[in-house]
Amino acid sequence: MLTKRIIPCLDIKDGRTVKGVNFENIRDAGDPIELGALYAQQGADELVFLDITATNERRKTLSELVSRIARHINIPFTVGGGIAAVEDVNVLLQSGADKISVNTSAFKRPELVDELSREFGSQCIVLAIDTRFEDGDWYVYLNGGRVKTTTKAFDWAKEAVDRGAGEILLTSMNNDGTKQGFALDITAQLSQNLNVPVIASGGAGTMEHFTEVFENAQADAALAASIFHYKEIEIPALKTYLYNKGINIRF
Amino acid sequence: MKTAIIKYNAGNIRSVQFALERIGVNGIVTDDPEEIRSADKVIFPGVGEASTAMQYLQQRGLDKVILSLKQPVLGICLGMQLLCKHSEENDTNCLGVFDVEVKRFQSPVANLLKIPQIGWNNIANLHSTIFEHVPENSYMYFVHSYYAALSPDTVAIANYVINYSAALQKGNFYAVQFHPEKSADLGQNILDSFLKL
Repeated sequence: MLTKRIIPCLDIKDGRTVKGVNFENIRDAGDPIELGALYAQQGADELVFLDITATNERRKTLSELVSRIARHINIPFTVGGGIAAVEDVNVLLQSGADKISVNTSAFKRPELVDELSREFGSQCIVLAIDTRFEDGDWYVYLNGGRVKTTTKAFDWAKEAVDRGAGEILLTSMNNDGTKQGFALDITAQLSQNLNVPVIASGGAGTMEHFTEVFENAQADAALAASIFHYKEIEIPALKTYLYNKGINIRF
Repeated sequence: MKTAIIKYNAGNIRSVQFALERIGVNGIVTDDPEEIRSADKVIFPGVGEASTAMQYLQQRGLDKVILSLKQPVLGICLGMQLLCKHSEENDTNCLGVFDVEVKRFQSPVANLLKIPQIGWNNIANLHSTIFEHVPENSYMYFVHSYYAALSPDTVAIANYVINYSAALQKGNFYAVQFHPEKSADLGQNILDSFLKL
């Protein structure tokens, strides 16, 4: 039976892992390759690396980092940050990435999702959405949460899936960094109405939060960063806990 | 020992190469028929679409090269599906090593079954020397929308609403639907056992 996935996320800035609260106050959390290898060994099901400062000049550095990660890590990993064209993806896959994630660039030019899924297959394309709840609905935010749009998260997710996105990585900005739990309502809405896996992100603080997001919101995977980086929750203990709660988990 | 990784238009070759490096083997990525024929082991990886991949292989004569191989060959993911007889994906006639039909997953109710299947699933009824160091019901990493039906050549079963072939074996041809190169230490054991055949 297919298991639920636990995915540590490593935000990368200038080659280091960093983590902020509510997308701000960024602090250092260690070497991404060491951390990634540790997580893989501890039973993480997948890894996500997001270059939060990716620019054209830095893309070469990113592909070198990806190649170092790929040499050392024997589980699947996704790379995101500043991807805007087929050629960017080509370079990352050639360096050993398994999937890539797109966010702002895809929203600004949705045809990018069609182009990437046609070229590399849907299974390779993760659509990342940063969303905030306000005025009664969940809206898409761009540029690492700095720019608001008037598009609802569900509408954009649905369009992207129709265009060929193979997975949705949904981050709630309201919940991110708060350790108060995942955004269950919007996660459930996406998971129940879209035919692709949904990765819930933002707000994990306790093991119970993972049970909630899997059982009540039907997330296919749950992503977290700081609680793993600062060893507040360790992956083996989390997996044992979920297993004992009757959730299908890989050991 | 020489290990060839068949190079064609269906990605994922780098991960296989890195996985071999991790077990101390230098895999040569090549589409040169002589290089492939003279290798001790051949890996036929792949992620992508069946008909364009088959076309590419045929245009370069690689289809005949693969069928002529006598050394151990390991098909991975799309590589496994291309070793089957026919795929529903764009109605493609494949290499036919395994007399098996490749079908698309069907959700019994809308949105119940997410397609592609992405993630870790367990494999059971293991009957091949490549699983010598893999316990029954171990989890492997799968990413696919099409599956090989069960057949007498099935040497591992997985379930995603229905039971299907997680692995096939016939003579010197071995094939796995999942990605051993991405399936943590147990996946590595499979590659290791294959290379020691």
